[in-house]
Amino acid sequence: MTIAFGNPDRPNSYIGRSVPRPNAGKLVAGAGRYVDDVVLPRMVHVAFLRSPHARAKIEAIDISPALEVPGVIRVFTGADIAAACTPWVAVLAHLKGLKSAPQHAVAVEHATWVGEPVAAVVADSRAAAEDGLAAIEASFAPLPVVVDMRTALDAETPLIHPELGDNLTFQRLHEKGEIDAVFASAHMVVEARFKTGRHTGVCLEPRSILADYSRSEGQLTVHHSTQAPHMMQTVFARHLDLPEAKVRVICGDVGGSYGIKVHVYPDEVATAAIAKIMGRPVKFIADRLESFSTDIHARDHEIDGRIAVDENGRILALDIDDLTGIGPYSVYPRTSAIEGNQVVNLCGGPYDFQTYRARTTVVLQNKTPTCQYRAVGHPIATAVTEGLVDMAAEAIGLDPIEIRRRNLVADDAYPYTSAANMRFEGLSHHASLDKLIAMIDYDALRADQAEARKRGVHRGIGIASFIELTNPSPFMYGIGGARISAQDGCTVRMDPDGSVVAMSGVTEQGQGTEGMLAQIVAEGVGVPVSKVRIITGDTQTTPYGGGTWASRGAGIGGEAALQAGLALRENILVVAASMLQAAPDALDIADGRIVDKATGEARMPLEELGRIVYFRGDTLARDLPRELVVTRHYITSEYPFAFTNGVQASYLEVDVDTGFVKLLKHWCVEDCGRVINPMLVDEQIRGGIVQGIGGALYEECVYDGEGQLLNANMADYLVPMAAEMPDMIIGHVETPTRESLLGAKGAGEAGTAGAPAAIMNAINDALRPLGARVTQMPFTPERILTALGTIQH
Amino acid sequence: MKPAPIGYVRATDLAHALDLLAAGDGDEKVLAGGQSLVASLNLRLIESPNLIDINFIDELAGITESGDMVRVGTLTRHCELMASEIIARHVPILAEAAPLIAHAAIRTRGTIGGSLANADPAAELPACVVALDATIVLASKADGERRIKAADFFLGLFDTTRRDDEILVAIEIAKIKPGERQSIRELVRRSGDYALAGLAIAGPAAAPRLVFFGVGDAPVVASSAMAILESGGSVDDAALALEDDLDPADDINGSAGYKKHISRVLLKRALSDFRQSDAA
Repeated sequence: MTIAFGNPDRPNSYIGRSVPRPNAGKLVAGAGRYVDDVVLPRMVHVAFLRSPHARAKIEAIDISPALEVPGVIRVFTGADIAAACTPWVAVLAHLKGLKSAPQHAVAVEHATWVGEPVAAVVADSRAAAEDGLAAIEASFAPLPVVVDMRTALDAETPLIHPELGDNLTFQRLHEKGEIDAVFASAHMVVEARFKTGRHTGVCLEPRSILADYSRSEGQLTVHHSTQAPHMMQTVFARHLDLPEAKVRVICGDVGGSYGIKVHVYPDEVATAAIAKIMGRPVKFIADRLESFSTDIHARDHEIDGRIAVDENGRILALDIDDLTGIGPYSVYPRTSAIEGNQVVNLCGGPYDFQTYRARTTVVLQNKTPTCQYRAVGHPIATAVTEGLVDMAAEAIGLDPIEIRRRNLVADDAYPYTSAANMRFEGLSHHASLDKLIAMIDYDALRADQAEARKRGVHRGIGIASFIELTNPSPFMYGIGGARISAQDGCTVRMDPDGSVVAMSGVTEQGQGTEGMLAQIVAEGVGVPVSKVRIITGDTQTTPYGGGTWASRGAGIGGEAALQAGLALRENILVVAASMLQAAPDALDIADGRIVDKATGEARMPLEELGRIVYFRGDTLARDLPRELVVTRHYITSEYPFAFTNGVQASYLEVDVDTGFVKLLKHWCVEDCGRVINPMLVDEQIRGGIVQGIGGALYEECVYDGEGQLLNANMADYLVPMAAEMPDMIIGHVETPTRESLLGAKGAGEAGTAGAPAAIMNAINDALRPLGARVTQMPFTPERILTALGTIQH
Repeated sequence: MKPAPIGYVRATDLAHALDLLAAGDGDEKVLAGGQSLVASLNLRLIESPNLIDINFIDELAGITESGDMVRVGTLTRHCELMASEIIARHVPILAEAAPLIAHAAIRTRGTIGGSLANADPAAELPACVVALDATIVLASKADGERRIKAADFFLGLFDTTRRDDEILVAIEIAKIKPGERQSIRELVRRSGDYALAGLAIAGPAAAPRLVFFGVGDAPVVASSAMAILESGGSVDDAALALEDDLDPADDINGSAGYKKHISRVLLKRALSDFRQSDAA
C-alpha cells in the first residue's frame, strides 16, 4: 500500500499537518495524571538518607532513633535492601573493555558520590519519612576523593573501586587513514582544547515511582515516570527475582524526560524492593535537591582537537582526543560509555574526508553518575567539529559558509560512509545550508554586524552543521546484551461505534508522541483524528517495545502505527465489501465512512459496520474474516541508524564590558525526513535549541574539590528561561528514509545537537576583532571577560 | 523536601503579634509574604518554628503620604510598589526596583518588610532604602516604636538590628525633591535572578548616594566614590575608588575580581544615564 504524501488534498491527509495534540487540553488544564497524582490504599512513602560525602566508608548506621519518630514504619539499610535486590553492573558486550563495579540500590559498604542512597525510611507521609531521616545516626569515614578527570588515572590517585584495578572504565580508539603523515604534510593545522560543562536535564516533573506488590498474586505493579516501561519491567524482574510476566509497569503522563528518565536509578529500584518486602504500595518522588544530585548528569568532557586542511580549505584529517568523567558507576543498563563513544562516532560527521583518529577515555569520579541526556554526545562532537572548522577557516582566510560548502558531503553522494564508519542513507547538507543562508539573509546579517562594530557593538554570526543519530536498530544496545527493544509495535482496534483505539510501545513524555500516533493512525485507517484514542505506557496492554528515546518515537513507533492502521483499513474493507456486495478494492475509507473509491461517494458509516460485526455477526457470511484488531511491528534493518542532518545559525551580541551575551536570533534548518506534524517538529527543535543554549551559556553542575555539588538548586543552577531566549526560525528539508513507508526519521534532538556550536562560533565571531576566543562551556560572562583579558585569574 | 512540623498563629492585630513575640521562646518567625521563609522551611533550614502570621493585620498594609514623607507599610507587596501612584511620583526607585524582583508570583506575595527583615545581600530593596536614607520603623511590646536609619539597620548576611521581639512595621521615606534623581541597575544572567551586582542611586544628580548590592554581606555604601563625586571628581575616578569601597567574595556566581569589574561598569553606565537624563 502506498500513500500519496505529495498530495495535500488526499483524504484524511493528517500526515504532514499541524493537527492539535489530543492530550494538550488536559495537560494545560492541570488535569494530567502523573505518578504523584496516583494514591493507593495502604500507600506509604519512602525517603532516602543520602551520603553527605563524595567518598566514604559507611561505618555505622543506627536506625533505632528513626524508628521512634511518629509516622515512621520501617527503616532499611543497604544490607536490608541487598537481601531482596541484586546489584547490577552496567556493561555492554560490544563496548569492548567497558568495566564497572556492582552497584547496589542502597549503598552497602561505601558511598561513592554526594547523594548516593545509604538508608531508606518508610513512613506514612514524606514529611514523617524526612523526620525519620533526621533521626538516623550515621557515621562515615571520609576517604580521599577523585574529582578531577585529568588526574583520575594518575598512579597516586586513589581507586574508587579497587577491585577494578584502575579508574578507567572504557577507552576506544578509532583510526582511519595515515593520520600522522597527513598532519605532518598538511598546508594548515589548527588545534584547540574544548570543554563542555557537566550539566543535567531539569524535568518539570521529578523522577517519580509508586511500586505496589501483591503477595497473593506475586505481582509487582509499578507506576513510573519513565521513557522505557518494558526495559524497566525487565530490570525490576531481574533484580527483584520476579518473572517478567509478574511485573507490570504503567507510565501515565510524564512531565518531561530528555533522556533523564531512561536509566535505572538506585532509589527507584530500592522503592520497588521495599514494596516487595513490605507488600504495600510505596511512593518515592524525588525533590529538586535530589534531582540535582541524583538525576544523571552529562557532557563532562574535555577534548583536544586538531584539524588539517589544504590550501583550498579542504578538510584532510581530524584528530580528536576526548576525556570524560562519568561518576563512580557506569549507569545501568545503557552504560555511561555511550556518550564518549558517540563523540568518536560523530566528530567530523557532516564532512567529506577519510583520515580520522578519535579516542575517548572514560574515567570514574566521585560525582553524580553521568549517562545519556538529550542528543547524547552530539553537542560535544558538533562543537568540537564546528569550532575547528571555523578556526581553520579563519586561519586560511575563508568565510565560514564557504569552508562548509567546500567540505560538506555532497547531496548526491549517498549512500556514504563517514570517516568514523557511520553509514548515511541520504542527507541534505548543501540543500539545508542553502535554505539557511536564504532564511538568515547572510549578506544582510554581515552588513548589520559591520555597521554595529562601527558603533562599538560586537555582534557575531555562528554557523553549525550537524548530523543526528535517530531510529536506532539493535546495534545500539541489543547487540551488547541489553534487553532493550529496538523493535516497536502498534495494535489498532476498531470498536462498534467506528472509533479506533491504538496501543503503542512508544511513550509520551510531553513531546506529543500520542498526537503524532493519532494522526498517523487516523490517516492509516481513514477516520477523523478525533475518532482515534491512543494508549501508551503500559506493559500489560501495549505491544512490547522500546519506549521513546534516541528520537525513535515517530520513525519506529510511527511506522508500526501506520502499518497497523493500513492493515486495519484492509480488514474493514473486506467486511464492507461483503456487506455492500462490492469488490474490496473498489471501496475505501474516508472520514470514518466506507466510500466508493472511484467517486468518493459515501456508502456506509463505520459505526454501521461496527454494529453488524459486533452485534449482528450472524448476518455476515460464516467464513468472512472480521478481524477488527490488527498488530504490526517495525524494526529498522538496512541501516544501524537513520541519520538526519541540519544546520543552525546564531546571531548574538557580546557586551565586552560585562561579558554578557544577548541572543538576537536563532535559526535551524533540519532534515528529519517526512515531517508528520510540522508544529510538533518545530517545537521539538525549539525546545532542543533551548536546552542547547542552556549548555552553551547557562547550565553547569559546579563541584568543589571535595566533590560537593555547589549549585543544586534552581537559583544557582541556571536553566535557560523564556525571557532570555531569542526568536527561533525553523525550516525543513525533507529527505524521507526509504526504509519505511512513513519515511520519518527522528527530530527530537537536532536542536540540542547544533545549538551550542552555533552559539560558540557566534561568540567567537563577535570576539574575533578583539583577538579573543572561548572554548569552555558554558560561556559565562566571567569566562568571556577572562578571554578578553579584562580580568585575570 | 517537606517542612518539619510548624506552629502557626494568625495575629489579629499588631498588639496581638507583639504579644506573641514577647511571650515566645525565640523560635518565633514572623510570616509575611513567605517568599524566603517558606522555602527555608521546606528545605528544613529552619526547623519547627512557631509562625506568627501578620498578613491579616490591616494597619501594617498600605502606602500613605504626609507632607514631604511617604510611609510604606511593611505588608506592601512588590506588585503594589509597581502599581502605586504615590511611589511612582515620590519614590520612583521603588517602582523601578520592584519589577526586578524575581517573578510575578513572588512579587504578588513578597513584601517590602519581609525583604528588608530578611536582609539578603543580593536583594534590591535593602539597597534602595539605604540609598534613599530611609527610616525603618520597628515595634515591640517592650519599647513601642523604634526608628533607625536604613544604613544602620543592616548588619550583614541575613542579619539586622531587629530584635527577636520586634516587628518591622513600616518604612518612612522622604519624597524625591527637585534636582534629585533615583535609579537602580543590576546585572542578572536571567530575568528575575538575584543580581551578580547591582547599584541603587538616589539624591542630587551631581553627587548622589551610591549603594551596591550583591557584592558584600549587606548593602554597601560606596562612600569613597561618593566623596569623589561630591568633590567634583570624574565618573572614572569614582569608579576607580570602588576599589576601596567594595570587597566582594568569590562565589559560584563570579570571582571577586569579576564582581568588582562589573560594579565599575555599572557605576559608569548608571551615572552616565543618570546625568544624561538630568540634562534632558
